Amino acid sequence: MNNQIGPNWRTIVRFGLIGGVVALYLSVIGMVEAFSARNLIGTFITLAQILIFGGPFVAGYLTAREFKDKPRTTIILCGLAAGAMASIFQVMLILIAHAVDLRFMFVSISPGLMEILTFGQGQYLGSLILAALSAVMGAIGAGYFLLPGTISRTLTSAVVVTLGVGLFSENVNQILSSNWLSLIGGRSVARLLIQQKSLNPIVALVLFLAVGGLTYWRATRAKAQVESDDESPATGRQKRFRTVMLIIAIGALLGLPWIVGRFLSQVLFMVGLYIMMGLGLNIVVGYAGLLDLGYVAFFAFGAYTMGVITSASPLGLTNLNFWIALPICAIVGVLTGFVLGVPVLRMRGDYLAIVTLGFGEIIRILALSDWLAPFIGGAQGILHIPYPSIAGFQFKTPEWMYYLVIIGSLLAGFLTIRLRESRLGRQWMAMREDEDVAEAMGINLVQTKLLAFAIGAAFSALAGGIFAARLGTIFPHTFNLLWSINALSLIIVGGMGSIPGVMVGALILVGLPELLREFQEYRLLMYGILLVVMMLVKPEGFVPAARRQQELRAHAKESAVGTAAD
Amino acid sequence: MKRLFAVLSLLMVASVALGACAAPFDCDDAIGCVDIAPGDPIHIGAMLTISGATAFLGEDSRGGVEIAIADRDTELLDHPIQLTVEDSLCSAEGGQTAATKITADPTIVGVIGTNCSSAMTAAMSTMSASGVTTLSPTNTAPALTLIGEEYTWEPGYFRVCHTDLFQGAVAAEFAYNELGARTLATIHDGSPYADQLQEVMAARFAELGGTVTFQGAVNVGDTDMRTILTTVAADTPDVLYFPIFEPEGPFIVAQSSEISGLEDTILIGADGLLVAGFPENSGENAIGMYLSGPYVSGASYDEFLTKWDDQIGGVPPSGFHAFAYDATNILLDAIEEVAVVDSDGTVHIGRQALRDAVTATTGFDGLTGVLDCGQKVFGEGLTANGDCATGEALGVFKITAAEVLEDNWPPPVEYTP
Amino acid sequence: MLRRYLERFNWLDFILLMFRVVILVAIAIGIFNSVRAAKYTDNQWATLVFAGLAQGSIYALIAMGYTLVYGILLMINFAHGEIYMAGALTVVFIAHIFNDSGFLNAQPLLAILIMIVIAAAVSTILNVVVERLAYKPLRGAPRLVPLITAIGASFALQYTFRGLYGAQYRAYPEVKALRELVTVFGYKVPLVQLVVPASALVLMLGLYFFVERTKMGKAMRSVSEDKDVARLMGINIDRVIVITFALGGALAGAAGVFNGLFRPQGINFYMGFFPGLKAFTAAVLGGIGNIAGAMVGGVFLGLLESLGPNLILEGLGIPSVNQLKDALSFTMLVLILIFRPQGIFGERLAEKKA
Repeated sequence: MNNQIGPNWRTIVRFGLIGGVVALYLSVIGMVEAFSARNLIGTFITLAQILIFGGPFVAGYLTAREFKDKPRTTIILCGLAAGAMASIFQVMLILIAHAVDLRFMFVSISPGLMEILTFGQGQYLGSLILAALSAVMGAIGAGYFLLPGTISRTLTSAVVVTLGVGLFSENVNQILSSNWLSLIGGRSVARLLIQQKSLNPIVALVLFLAVGGLTYWRATRAKAQVESDDESPATGRQKRFRTVMLIIAIGALLGLPWIVGRFLSQVLFMVGLYIMMGLGLNIVVGYAGLLDLGYVAFFAFGAYTMGVITSASPLGLTNLNFWIALPICAIVGVLTGFVLGVPVLRMRGDYLAIVTLGFGEIIRILALSDWLAPFIGGAQGILHIPYPSIAGFQFKTPEWMYYLVIIGSLLAGFLTIRLRESRLGRQWMAMREDEDVAEAMGINLVQTKLLAFAIGAAFSALAGGIFAARLGTIFPHTFNLLWSINALSLIIVGGMGSIPGVMVGALILVGLPELLREFQEYRLLMYGILLVVMMLVKPEGFVPAARRQQELRAHAKESAVGTAAD
Repeated sequence: MKRLFAVLSLLMVASVALGACAAPFDCDDAIGCVDIAPGDPIHIGAMLTISGATAFLGEDSRGGVEIAIADRDTELLDHPIQLTVEDSLCSAEGGQTAATKITADPTIVGVIGTNCSSAMTAAMSTMSASGVTTLSPTNTAPALTLIGEEYTWEPGYFRVCHTDLFQGAVAAEFAYNELGARTLATIHDGSPYADQLQEVMAARFAELGGTVTFQGAVNVGDTDMRTILTTVAADTPDVLYFPIFEPEGPFIVAQSSEISGLEDTILIGADGLLVAGFPENSGENAIGMYLSGPYVSGASYDEFLTKWDDQIGGVPPSGFHAFAYDATNILLDAIEEVAVVDSDGTVHIGRQALRDAVTATTGFDGLTGVLDCGQKVFGEGLTANGDCATGEALGVFKITAAEVLEDNWPPPVEYTP
Repeated sequence: MLRRYLERFNWLDFILLMFRVVILVAIAIGIFNSVRAAKYTDNQWATLVFAGLAQGSIYALIAMGYTLVYGILLMINFAHGEIYMAGALTVVFIAHIFNDSGFLNAQPLLAILIMIVIAAAVSTILNVVVERLAYKPLRGAPRLVPLITAIGASFALQYTFRGLYGAQYRAYPEVKALRELVTVFGYKVPLVQLVVPASALVLMLGLYFFVERTKMGKAMRSVSEDKDVARLMGINIDRVIVITFALGGALAGAAGVFNGLFRPQGINFYMGFFPGLKAFTAAVLGGIGNIAGAMVGGVFLGLLESLGPNLILEGLGIPSVNQLKDALSFTMLVLILIFRPQGIFGERLAEKKA
């Protein structure tokens, strides 16, 4: 495909332009300027620089990969060319923005952005500097490809960890200043490590060397081990090791809120809540194959039930305590699952999706309406929902509420496993594969479907009840479509039908955005891109269920249209 | 790896030793003290709406806070002032998450925020329990400062803006007395703010002797207002009050011209629509309508606007910046007042003392009038704690052709109580 | 299928029957009471009808994109509302340039045609790019995978446009000529409310003839029937899919401009989300995969939203009826799908994909 004599210019241009488009995109949507002041290490490596030069670097790397059979100097030169190519859009942007005022339309093309892109050197000199630096980054990218495997892996992990700590510096800071770490001087250490969210350069260097060294050491050792070791059967030592690990894991799970501090406990609480919802939705979508886009409806029912039952405000009916109200929430969930399940029993696939989506919206609108306001507060919501308490001890802080959702998720997980292995679980899966065949086999479709809806709804309503008790006040606006979308996305990103998948999905789609709070308006952008990339790279999810993985492979072979939804 | 560990443990030992040296101050505050070592910043938090549809409010408040800090050269008691801004969105869960994050940082002394009342309602107990002092520049829901079972006030919360009890009354009095209106229709958008404000306005209007013909609601996201406007038109009210936001507000203004029966109805919006882009977006139909909202004037305010233009650029996007400025100043003044400074420059701030100092603020001469943060009584069963505003800084603006066609902003004020 | 249910679960049919009866009776009572109360004048009803028609035709145009893509790929293109937003939001700047130079009011027809072409171009390109980047690699993946991708693409597009154009609300300039009142059946109606449905109808008829009469349309239909057979017949499936996305994008872009003319306010990056949901509902109402069905579904939904609260709900004595507009639409959707699980017109591809 490429001629043998020189490098193929077309490839260089292609990868260069792809890198250039990425860099241009990040500039014109304002990310470069927004993060120009966000230092990662010291005051000399900022997030904006990574955004600007990431494109050229990747272009160089990809080009090098394409020309891997060529001599080294050629590869480096190709990388150089691709890197320079990748700056072309930004240079054009600089020149055009100086000639015409684009700001009336593109709000992000501001003088500030120009200042950053041209390094404060004016349009012509600045463009040259940008192009030159991009070329160098392209060459570095190509050079990176040429490094031997172990070294490039070592470098990658060292760079990723160092920059990662810089990126998540705020959270590192929080952990260090949390309750007990701060007692042994964690806060002072934090102050030394991190200034204004930026990693201290010396610390960064130490971290870089440490991680690099560790990776290198492990890589070389692993190689040596592979050469010497054979596979050995599970010995008693390994079993004991496993038990120890299990105990450590449980201990970590229990101690987590006190290690990570209050804010991260709140994040974990939300993750746990989504795990409960995800497990419930997993039954409906993953096992029974009923695509539900209105799952938030049951969550809202749970939250409002908790509110109406326990609230101390005039809307509260009974003033029962949380522990009695919680099972009532679950029962209400089951009932609403039945009630909303009946009309949609005969709908398939995407009709079901849009109708359930409609149910979600109807519930939210009714909760908001003036019509029902005398009973559930309308726009003013329900106030004064008491915290759960045991013998006078109130679960006021997220650290304590965390335990509640951990218990809830474990319970949900346990039930899910039991159900999956039960007769009902097999009926669901049979129904998912083919309704008509399942019915012919004597499965009662109505009953099976309704049970899926009801059990899934119960989990969601439980989560809703806990959520209401944590929040203390509920407003109808809370229960929007985003919850349904989040819950559905996390079970698919995690791996449909898989219980560990739900946990991983919740950590990624709920936990990560909370850790990256400072990205504010770009959070949902990254969420969206993450979803797309995830589906392209790992359509089966992070931790696919074994059975599902086989299905996917079979599907890929047949290249048939999938049947997950109906 | 070993070396790293050694370095780290050394650092830890050193810092513990350092920490042990500096504790001659005995804190006797009921809910604890914040100690600020020499060279460390005095840490102020802000919980504002940074993203979402009401981000203009957050931007507006943030400017006010930043200017107030810049006025002191970013310095207080020889310590730099550090500002940390958290996005509290405009929702209960957003408010609670932001509150958890802010209160997880024990160095934060006081907080400016939140913007939306729903966010504050959920954040209230977290903030109160943590001991920080919270001053909101924009929470207008009456329940937040009222004391009682139906209300949500907890110690440590203050607000510098007027409650809806003031604004709704001003709008009603303007409509009844100035415009001579006798019938009224209101529309809210399901936000706690709009629902409450129209309720207060309608109640006051009825109290004055007028008739409320219709109280309805639209949903956020609705685009077609003809149906509700038709319902309104059935009674041909003198005044239509809709204290809602963009884009529903401009939809109402623009579509009202198509409905027969609304030709003589006067439109009044509220501070949610007091945004620079509103008149132009609404089109020529907006000419002659009114907006109630915060009204600030005077030489010191002009000076503030000059600072805004210098430091932030342009004009403030909404009407609450002056409250944010005053709130920050009240907080910083109170910190200055209660702080105990050691000989080496270490500052100790008693958390309860700070709250008491803010409560004791009287006769504070701010941009938004003379403020007084003590207890207030609005009527029977309506006793409020932490309400600093006196309702002076309110007005009704008239949108004229200059705003719609020539980008003039802000509009001229028509009426002040 | 139905009969088998009938034999075994009579109680289910009974519940569904009761559900239908209750809702229909409620609707009848509501309409009866509202009409008897005679609260509104003829003129006011007429205003609502014409506005509902205009709104409905915009839904219908957007719904075309859903229905075409669904017909061929069996995939809910969740990001389609964003495609509509992209055209509408980009052209708002062009419209202001035209307005400031006086071109818009001097040559309204030409100016609007140019705007439509630009919006259609933007939306088409974007739709094709999204298809290439996000959906094409997923051919043959299970159904939920492209759905999640589409949801991700929807978020990514929204916030990309927010980054590009900012978050503030904008408005289309007023076209004086379109604001003039014309008399139809004795009622005064702004011209724009006639122009929008009429132009939308022309576009949709164009699409209908394209699909039914041209060679490419034939290829599209055969791909929607059976991809493998179509491929064996020598049809370039990838090309057909690209054309499908392009057509859907073009109509969505045009809908964006029509929306700007009909209802100039509220233009920002989030404007596509709810109309997207509504249009999808309209497509399902009419029978997804069916062009005529989407057209009827859109108009039905527009009229229902416009008339429903005052005509049906108010008669039931519910306060703040306008708040419940969407709840009413979705309830009608459920009702219709219970009566006719395949939508009003039935879907083109019926059962075979199940």
